[in-house]
Amino acid sequence: MTMSLGPYASFIVTSYAAAALVVAILIGWIVLDYRSQTRHLRELDRSGITRRSGRSAMDRP
Amino acid sequence: MTLIDLANPTRFLALTTRVLPWLAAATVILLAIGLYQSALAPDDYQQGATVKIMFIHVPNAWLSMFVWGVMSIASLGTLVWRHPLADVAAKAAAPIGAAFTFLALLTGSLWGRPMWGTYWEWDARLTSVLILFLMYLGLMALWRAVEDPSRAARAAAVLTLVGAINLPIIKFSVDWWNTLHQPASVMRMGGSSLDKSFLIPLLVMAIAFTLLFVTLHLAAMRNEILRRRVRSLQMMQASRIAFSSEMGAGSRHDNASKEIGAA
Amino acid sequence: MTALSALIRRDIRIALRVGGGALIGVLFFLTVVVLMPFAVGPDLALLSRLGPAILWLGALLASLLTLDRLFMADHEDGSLDLITMSRTPLELACAAKALAHWLAAGLPLIVATPVLGLLLNLDMVATGAVALTLLAGTPALTFTGMIGAALAVTLHRGGLLMAVLVLPLSIPVLIFGVAASQAVIVGPMSFGAPFSILCALSLVSLVIGPFAAAASLRHGLD
Repeated sequence: MTMSLGPYASFIVTSYAAAALVVAILIGWIVLDYRSQTRHLRELDRSGITRRSGRSAMDRP
Repeated sequence: MTLIDLANPTRFLALTTRVLPWLAAATVILLAIGLYQSALAPDDYQQGATVKIMFIHVPNAWLSMFVWGVMSIASLGTLVWRHPLADVAAKAAAPIGAAFTFLALLTGSLWGRPMWGTYWEWDARLTSVLILFLMYLGLMALWRAVEDPSRAARAAAVLTLVGAINLPIIKFSVDWWNTLHQPASVMRMGGSSLDKSFLIPLLVMAIAFTLLFVTLHLAAMRNEILRRRVRSLQMMQASRIAFSSEMGAGSRHDNASKEIGAA
Repeated sequence: MTALSALIRRDIRIALRVGGGALIGVLFFLTVVVLMPFAVGPDLALLSRLGPAILWLGALLASLLTLDRLFMADHEDGSLDLITMSRTPLELACAAKALAHWLAAGLPLIVATPVLGLLLNLDMVATGAVALTLLAGTPALTFTGMIGAALAVTLHRGGLLMAVLVLPLSIPVLIFGVAASQAVIVGPMSFGAPFSILCALSLVSLVIGPFAAAASLRHGLD
């Protein structure tokens, strides 16, 4: 994609790169958090804890 | 799937697991289209190619306020209707909204440097968004300051609603303050009636970012529900251990008193 | 009504005691105003230009400092629970406490303003304008600050968080307060417009503040 971005090309590129970075960080945080929570749930399930409703911790809907 | 069904966390989790892949795919497609159209957009008569920053800046600025609106509705859900998932929605939205606000500020600053010659300008719009960013951070701090999520939820709900009332006031005040102090230059966006070649990529990017928010928000809500489940299970586990150690400690207590008696 | 007036009288009396915090606010105000020339330089012309802003900023920070104790002291000795459980509506009780706080902590700031104006090389007219705008604007600061105080009451280290929560809400008051003062000093803009908006902000906060604070207390003290 060769297009002339003019004299301020670095600003344009930085903006788009920053947006991509921030979105990537958001996605990364959410994915890592999900993995962490499911890991905790798996460990709790292994130690035999059940929820109040009697269902197992790893209740996979 | 009625709203009542959505109140049940387990059913909500089932719904998100089914819906998320589609949402993610739609987001990626729209972002791709938007980016392609932004790249192809012509240069502005005055701003040159830097007008392309607008395609990131404006959707993020719009979303920063939209997310606060979503949190306000969720806060009403917590305080007025006691909807079980309302506070989950509110808590999950805050960091995402803060990130969009930060992007709006950053891209606005990067857009400002070529336009106004300075990275920061106490322009009415930038200043109001900066204050909004501070409010997001304060809200996130409040969420984490209280141990019990449901008590934190109610405090955060009040702050969110007060903030919602205050946002128009802040915008108006800063506008007034700005005209009072006569800014160094006036920002032009190529006029209020944008040419179609700019308007369409802008709208596509706006929809793409909105879809991105919805996807991230649902995923974050899922995480929050799981986090609360982990917390209650850990508390159950801790009380179980405490209970069983109490039973075991009974005999130890007798020994201890015997020892003290002997001493 | 007597319950509310008793509450007001009690709060004022406590605030005016040695550890009560009302006069500490004035001392902090004085400190901030004294610090400014050290930061800005002793140029009197510059100080008189910045004067209204410095005074307003000092008053804002001083009232923020004392707002912390609005509910904290009562929460610690249990009287907040009694107030919440009494027959008077919690909204009115919050309004009464805020009024007492303003009388005990806000008014002294306004009284101190002419003296501090001297330090900043402000003339009589300017100082009068600042004092008048403070009179109109400090109720807004107190009543919106009360919301932050109520939110932070159940947190142990709530003080700093409260300041972070309250400051964005106080920005409009600051803007219009300084704008009104500057209008009198510098001139072409009218005094009436920002001043009436300042009064409007105070009046609105008189309503929203107690309701929001009461809601926070109710939910936070469960």
